[in-house]
Amino acid sequence: MFVAVEMVDTVRIPPWNFQRQFNEAIAEELNKKLANKVVYQVGLCICLYDITKLEDSYIFPGDGASHTKVHFRYVVFHPFLDEILVGKIKYCSQEGVHVSLGFFDDIVIPPESLQQPAKFDEAEQVWVWEYETDEGAHDLYMDQGEEIRFRVTDEVFLDTSPTGPSAAATDTPAAPGAEDGGQKKEAPYTLLGTISEPGLGLLSWWNS
Amino acid sequence: MEVKDANAAMLSNYEVYQLLTDLKEQRKDSGKNKHSAGQQNLNTIMYETLKYLSTTPCSRQNPETVKNFLTTMVPHKLTKAEKLQLLNHRPETAVEIQLMVEESEERLSEDQIEELIQKVTDVLPGDPEQEGSAPSNEAEMGEGIDQ
Repeated sequence: MFVAVEMVDTVRIPPWNFQRQFNEAIAEELNKKLANKVVYQVGLCICLYDITKLEDSYIFPGDGASHTKVHFRYVVFHPFLDEILVGKIKYCSQEGVHVSLGFFDDIVIPPESLQQPAKFDEAEQVWVWEYETDEGAHDLYMDQGEEIRFRVTDEVFLDTSPTGPSAAATDTPAAPGAEDGGQKKEAPYTLLGTISEPGLGLLSWWNS
Repeated sequence: MEVKDANAAMLSNYEVYQLLTDLKEQRKDSGKNKHSAGQQNLNTIMYETLKYLSTTPCSRQNPETVKNFLTTMVPHKLTKAEKLQLLNHRPETAVEIQLMVEESEERLSEDQIEELIQKVTDVLPGDPEQEGSAPSNEAEMGEGIDQ
């Protein structure tokens, strides 16, 4: 689930932090920059693992702060392909079952990867597995809050960096600071999963 | 910022759990600046990740059990990813083993799968609420739990 990623970055320590322990100041700056953020093509950064190398610090003209090139390792959430994970069902929609791990929410199990046959109950907004046995069909509901075991099949990284001025020209000038109702907030990192194998799906299906 | 190696090392849930718990202790002592705007992200991710990991088997592990586990796994010739999943999930049924071990029907016989389950449940500490019996029965209960 987690990997250690080696990175290099230049860390700026402002003069009012000079009295602090250097390593602590560096660690705090790195965590401030990366914790709970998604790095494109890498994953969701959790916290600093360790600092491997500190190069010389420099002070540049016009800026009283010190700049140091730091080599460090960061703990990143990046499940490998086909890994088995256990999460909770957040909600169901036409797009599939949305699962959350608490610290990471953007996991979707699309309808074709559910245990077949499955149907979407519009009234209760929940996906149902129509499990056939000799006695007849059992409807197994995928309710909110239930623990679910799934396999990671794909990951999608989206570059959510701000676009240039040419895109902004199409927005109405009347609402520059308000929330743009037209644009959807894209998740920078999405996982796609499957539960169409024996042992996958709600934990309660396989425990009894 | 430059990423030198996006896959330098795989970390077990236990290692991350330990790291976050130690970091939390450290920050509790320093006190004053945890609540500034810049620290909120770290606080959030630490809280949520610890909350998630405390519901997994890794919260009951320690360096000894992890080392014992890896030693007992040596004769089974499993890949690093498979051993990591067994360590993180502590499977108790054959179905779970088949999910985590690739091509398990070809590589492991039924007896070997049973043996694997037995070793996993013996070496890695289980959920005391779930097992619900006296410690002396733990070895037998590992195989025959009817839930």
